Amino acid sequence: MVSAKVVVGSKVGLHARPARLLVEAAGKQPVRVLIGRDGGKPVPADSILAVMSLGVGGGEEVVVSADGEGAERALEAITALLAEDLDA
Amino acid sequence: MERLTGSPASPGTVFGPAARMSAPPALPERWDHVDDAPTELARAVAALIAVSEDLRRRAEPLSGEARDILEVQSAMAADPAIEDGVREAVEAGSPAAWALRDSFDAQIEKLAAIGGYLAERTTDLADLRDRAIASVLGLAPPGLPVSDKPYVLVSGDLAPADTVTLDASLVLAIVTEKGGPTSHTAIVARALGIPAVVACAAAAGLADGDEVLVDGTAGTVVRDPDAELVAEVARQTELAREELARHSGPGSTKDGHPVKLLLNVGGAGAVAADAEGVGLFRTEFLFLDRVEAPTVEEQRAAYGKVFAEFGGRPVVIRTLDAGADKPVPFANADDEPNPALGVRGYRVGVRNPELLAAQLEAIALATGDHDAQVQVMAPMIATPAEAAAFARVARAAGISRVGVMIEIPAAAVLADAILAEVDFVSIGTNDLSQYTFAADRMLGELGFLLDPWQPALLHLVSGIAAAGARAGKPVGICGEAASDPGLAPVFAGMGITSLSMSAPAVPAVRAALRGRTLAECQALAAEALKSS
Repeated sequence: MVSAKVVVGSKVGLHARPARLLVEAAGKQPVRVLIGRDGGKPVPADSILAVMSLGVGGGEEVVVSADGEGAERALEAITALLAEDLDA
Repeated sequence: MERLTGSPASPGTVFGPAARMSAPPALPERWDHVDDAPTELARAVAALIAVSEDLRRRAEPLSGEARDILEVQSAMAADPAIEDGVREAVEAGSPAAWALRDSFDAQIEKLAAIGGYLAERTTDLADLRDRAIASVLGLAPPGLPVSDKPYVLVSGDLAPADTVTLDASLVLAIVTEKGGPTSHTAIVARALGIPAVVACAAAAGLADGDEVLVDGTAGTVVRDPDAELVAEVARQTELAREELARHSGPGSTKDGHPVKLLLNVGGAGAVAADAEGVGLFRTEFLFLDRVEAPTVEEQRAAYGKVFAEFGGRPVVIRTLDAGADKPVPFANADDEPNPALGVRGYRVGVRNPELLAAQLEAIALATGDHDAQVQVMAPMIATPAEAAAFARVARAAGISRVGVMIEIPAAAVLADAILAEVDFVSIGTNDLSQYTFAADRMLGELGFLLDPWQPALLHLVSGIAAAGARAGKPVGICGEAASDPGLAPVFAGMGITSLSMSAPAVPAVRAALRGRTLAECQALAAEALKSS
């Protein structure tokens, strides 16, 4: 399993538009991607309900993880997306 | 021919076919246990995909917030958590429709338990649940009718979510069984210039395809009107249109006494139109549905867009009016027993001084960026001391013209003392009615108390106008009453100096003012105050 930390770039945090874009991208990955707070229980990144329930704010750090073939590339794609300001 | 009566909510008369909002499907309490779980799961998943794709399609032609709302809803329908719940339920023997209900209801419960912003999303999930169940059962989706021909929208009531996607080029008029003249439906209808009749209980008997004549000025609906009546109404409408087109430019009475005609705007994208400025620039749009306050720079840019649109003209911007029907999670997510009597309006700013300070700073910065004559006012001021405190922080922030809204009877009674503290006041007639008559704005049954012609309300307005005259300071009205062409001369006669309304209401108000001299307006005002 690989994991990485990333600071959420969207000012509004992970809800509405940024959450939807994350979920869409996570759903396209060949492996299941998980997201959560450091030390917290990770949730599937392809579930908008789960992602919004985290209540992650802009500028907060999250941990993204994935397992299996293609996990590293999936991780790269998702962390790059999270670092962007998706609400701009 | 059958005549139904309700409350007039948005002026204008039209004739067309009725189309009902479909009610959510009702599931019988009992059902047969099914053994073929894979088939039921496939049916439920097909329904979820259909709903998700339908919402995505409907989002495409939209932009901004409306598009975001639908796209997030579309993503929720495709959420694997919903499918997981459905799988569990069909394996336990539930048919597809019941499995969908159980899965959605479990998610709704979860979100409701988290509270705040997420609890509000439960209405989106309930809507998805109803759409998915309707799809599985082969019923029409609940919500707005699907039609490419113009229709008269008939419903029990309209949820704010329904109005987001309301297509003004298709909806000829709105008729609702519930709601009052200051309900959300009425305000949206007026903003879009769509005639509306609300609190028309008999509309429950209207069916799809019924030919109806809707008179939003009188508050009546005629089912199957005869051809003669339809022709007469069309002729009257044409005459009225010609009359309105004769006037343009600044508002004034027949003999030239000026009454400024201003616009109520709710965000960027306001059209300057044929108006003299902005009497009420609501700033809530930047704050609602957010988990954190917008930054000073973000606010500066958003306010600047409207200031630029109205360059050279007055723009009265109102500080955040959160609370009651407009919750803002980071400022007032309190669970109050009576939110209309709670921490709302200016009180939110007192509790969160940093929020108010950031907003005033952004307004001052945006004022420097543009040449509009920017003035700022606070909502829900109750005492002269509050007015003084607000004026102090606003002036310290560099804003030169400061006013307050009078929406609480206490402030109306002490209008002289309030005006001693600020440069102008603006009357919010909706809330002033609500608090004067102790009548909830959302209750259709109490609509008669919220009628702006109520003499007690007019007495308060007249008293505030007189206080303004004594102080030599402007007194405007920016509530719904300002858009009533019948009341415009009455207000002018009382000494009100400006009327602020949604853009479609301006021509009729302008024409009503031009039709009378100031002396005639004063006589009308005296007459209106006498009635009881």
